[in-house]
Amino acid sequence: MAETRPTSTDQDISEALGERVRRAAEAGTPLRIVGGDTKAFYGRPVEGETLSTREHRGITSYDPVELIVSVRAGTRLAELEAALAEQGQMLGCEPPYFGANATVGGMVATGLSGPRRPWAGSVRDFVLGIRLITQDGQQQRFGGEVMKNVAGYDLSRLMVGAQGTLGLVTEVSLKVLPRPGARHSLRLEMPRAEAMARLAEWGRSPLPLTAAAWHEGALHLRLEGGPSSVAATRERLGGDDLDDSFWEALREQRLGFFSRDDARPLWRLSLPHNTPSLDLPGVAEADLLYDWGGTQRWLRSDLDADILREACARAGGHATCLGAREGAGQADPFMPLEPVVEKYHRALKAQLDPKGIFNPGRLYAAI
Amino acid sequence: MNILYDERLDGELAPTDKAEVLADLQRSAPGLTLLHREEDLRPFECDGLAAYRVLPMLVALPETLEQVETLMKRCRALGVPVVTRGAGTGLSGGALPLEQGVLLVMSRFNRILDVDPDARIARLQPGVRNLAISEAAAPYGLYYAPDPSSQIACSIGGNVAENAGGVHCLKYGLTVHNVMKVEVITIEGERMTLGSEALDAPGLDLLALFTGSEGMLGVVTEITVKLLPKPETAKVLMASFDDVEKAGRAVGDIIAAGIIPGGLEMMDKLAIRAAEDFVKAGYPVEAEAILLCELDGVEADVDDDCATVRTVLEKAGATDIRQARDEAERALFWAGRKNAFPAVGRMSPDYYCMDGTIPRRELPRVLKGIAELSEAYGLRVANVFHAGDGNMHPLILFDANREGELEQAEAFGGKILELCVEAGGSITGEHGVGREKINQMCAQFAPSELTVFHAVKAAFDPGRLLNPGKNIPTLARCAEFGAMHVHNNELPHPELPRF
Ligand SMILES: Cc1cc2nc3c(=O)[nH]c(=O)nc-3n(C[C@H](O)[C@H](O)[C@H](O)COP(=O)(O)OP(=O)(O)OC[C@H]3O[C@@H](n4cnc5c(N)ncnc54)[C@H](O)[C@@H]3O)c2cc1C
Repeated sequence: MAETRPTSTDQDISEALGERVRRAAEAGTPLRIVGGDTKAFYGRPVEGETLSTREHRGITSYDPVELIVSVRAGTRLAELEAALAEQGQMLGCEPPYFGANATVGGMVATGLSGPRRPWAGSVRDFVLGIRLITQDGQQQRFGGEVMKNVAGYDLSRLMVGAQGTLGLVTEVSLKVLPRPGARHSLRLEMPRAEAMARLAEWGRSPLPLTAAAWHEGALHLRLEGGPSSVAATRERLGGDDLDDSFWEALREQRLGFFSRDDARPLWRLSLPHNTPSLDLPGVAEADLLYDWGGTQRWLRSDLDADILREACARAGGHATCLGAREGAGQADPFMPLEPVVEKYHRALKAQLDPKGIFNPGRLYAAI
Repeated sequence: MNILYDERLDGELAPTDKAEVLADLQRSAPGLTLLHREEDLRPFECDGLAAYRVLPMLVALPETLEQVETLMKRCRALGVPVVTRGAGTGLSGGALPLEQGVLLVMSRFNRILDVDPDARIARLQPGVRNLAISEAAAPYGLYYAPDPSSQIACSIGGNVAENAGGVHCLKYGLTVHNVMKVEVITIEGERMTLGSEALDAPGLDLLALFTGSEGMLGVVTEITVKLLPKPETAKVLMASFDDVEKAGRAVGDIIAAGIIPGGLEMMDKLAIRAAEDFVKAGYPVEAEAILLCELDGVEADVDDDCATVRTVLEKAGATDIRQARDEAERALFWAGRKNAFPAVGRMSPDYYCMDGTIPRRELPRVLKGIAELSEAYGLRVANVFHAGDGNMHPLILFDANREGELEQAEAFGGKILELCVEAGGSITGEHGVGREKINQMCAQFAPSELTVFHAVKAAFDPGRLLNPGKNIPTLARCAEFGAMHVHNNELPHPELPRF
């Protein structure tokens, strides 16, 4: 049976939002779309009239048996996660908050995922449908509340990580997962090379791993799954017990490594599995934190953006600069696109947002 | 529906001259295999939807990327439409040729370029068969998860273009969840890379947009897929029910128990009997419905889950529950399911396969609706479907030689799709829109939404030369066929097994 969970703060202001967009398009006024405004650091600054999604909130339908929840963009992420937890379910992508006001819309727009990402999937992997206000102020629906749907282009997943540059996402339908029956976190002292080798080996066997991070001489692991397999794997791997809160601290960048006392920009390196050390000049081991089994590496460095990006590109990855967080703003946050890919980014932007009203410049200067 | 491209409804095309196009391509792409004689074109006139047949103007069988590039540039310059084809197993006429177009066949790009067991990825040319990927990964204990029933034949390029699914989707995802990167050649003849071997790429997620785009946005020339470690063990339970709706409810109960099975499939009485006659899988022929529930993972967890599922099934009213004793019996249970369609094909001169999806909770209601419709139309229907993710494949049995029965089957099929859309579902879960469901798209999307699709298309292919007349209907077509009533005038093909 469909279970709708209205809360006292539920509110549908999609009509007003549509009107707002329509007027902005008419006047050619750029809009700076914000939810909780917790992730402004992730992207370029946007000049425009602030349009807040916060008043458009509430879970519109949630049927735990269906493994699908539909929720308005302005709903606080904390509220959504609490509702899921009540039913023994969760968001598989383990999204970071970066502030109590983080909204579902912000999660979708930035597409940021947490430590579970390599094993469970990213935000876009869990998106099944969206409601979108397009540049003409119209309310559109793509995808839906079904697991499989190949009718038309996949506009829903396209919006994930688009940072609001193609339209205003007003509602999203997400696949949710049951919470694992058991969990255990542990810490194994070992040098980085050994940790990476072990992870490559474990990656080929069905181990109940759902998080793996290495920093300062220790590999941190999270095991999740059925009680039997978690217990057996715990036995097998040994190591010291680690408090589960470690993963939240890592996800929210509250570990010492991320301390704001360090004035150097923070870089996020996204690399293929099993990428060896990039041997970047002047980078000490303590400047790096390996998450996602080594595919997401955090780096504190003053290194020239081009040198760093080249090294990542050579390895098949890319680098994002979060240095702008303190206003240092030395490099563009996102790696420049290949010319042909950029051409089609511009073409798509021109088609879906010809007046350039949706978060212009947030992703790239021209988009 | 007229399967032929209709310029009035599908948009104008520039006039093309076969001899001129042939001469141009021969000149500009030396070494490119081009077929132009009728007898050579004949084998390419249809895909897996064999009732739809159109002879292409030309067939091109490139072997190098340079040839594909040149072909695209020349076709663009000459205003000639290009329809891309993989293995041609599609069930919606996505690779149906155009009389005035070139059919670009990617089957000669059939090499596995690299399997990297440590990074757990494989790099493939688009013509590689789906099953060949798992075979190549097997020595490392790895496999490629999406497993369409056509996996021995269909190509990974076609899988990407259709966002193909399989019986393990609920747990392991669709093609879109398992592809990391694609190389594309645009209609302008440019090469571009979408996605990355890393877990994300900068910019917009064009990889997601291209997945399932049915060859409308570009030609996929290389694919990098994610490989997964083979589960330590897989066990399958078969539950019998004396009532279809009870079986439908049991599906939800299993999920509600916090279990995501590797596969969760359902068959009704007619399908069970057909499969049993054909395969001798040991199915209970007296049952009204069976559920096949596969649990995979780490041995200890699978044992726990089997016990839980068993309890759930008992509570849901299963009359009999059997667990496959060994690998051989597990394979046999699946063989029945995987051959259900050809099995049904043996029972009836013709059948018509639907591909609608619904929210799982609607399963009992929709099944009941289908049964009532079956009664009303006087046509039998066999239900076989991916119950776990609400993807139904009802098969309507009929005899096209009997006066009016085809029309009845079509009307019945249309009603089933209406039922799916009404229940909050979709007209297609995995087979795609192609040419077959072009009119039904008008039922699922509002004109303003179709306009957004057209805008996306215009960003990549403003001249509408890639696979025109497929996937997204024009507003003119919807104005004519836009009513909820769906007319699928296609002839189902009994010899074609459909899962
Ligand atoms: C017996 C049988 C069982 C089936 N079972 C399933 C199933 O379980 N699940 C499922 O999802 N499907 C199933 N199908 C449908 C079909 O196999 C899939 O849609 C498959 O992905 C098509 O692959 P193909 O290589 O045959 O593509 P084709 O049929 O050749 O083409 C399909 C579409 O992809 C486009 N295309 C092909 N290659 C490229 C390329 N390189 N670049 C750009 N566009 C391209 C074509 O233009 C066309 O639109 C089944 C079909 C049959 C006959």
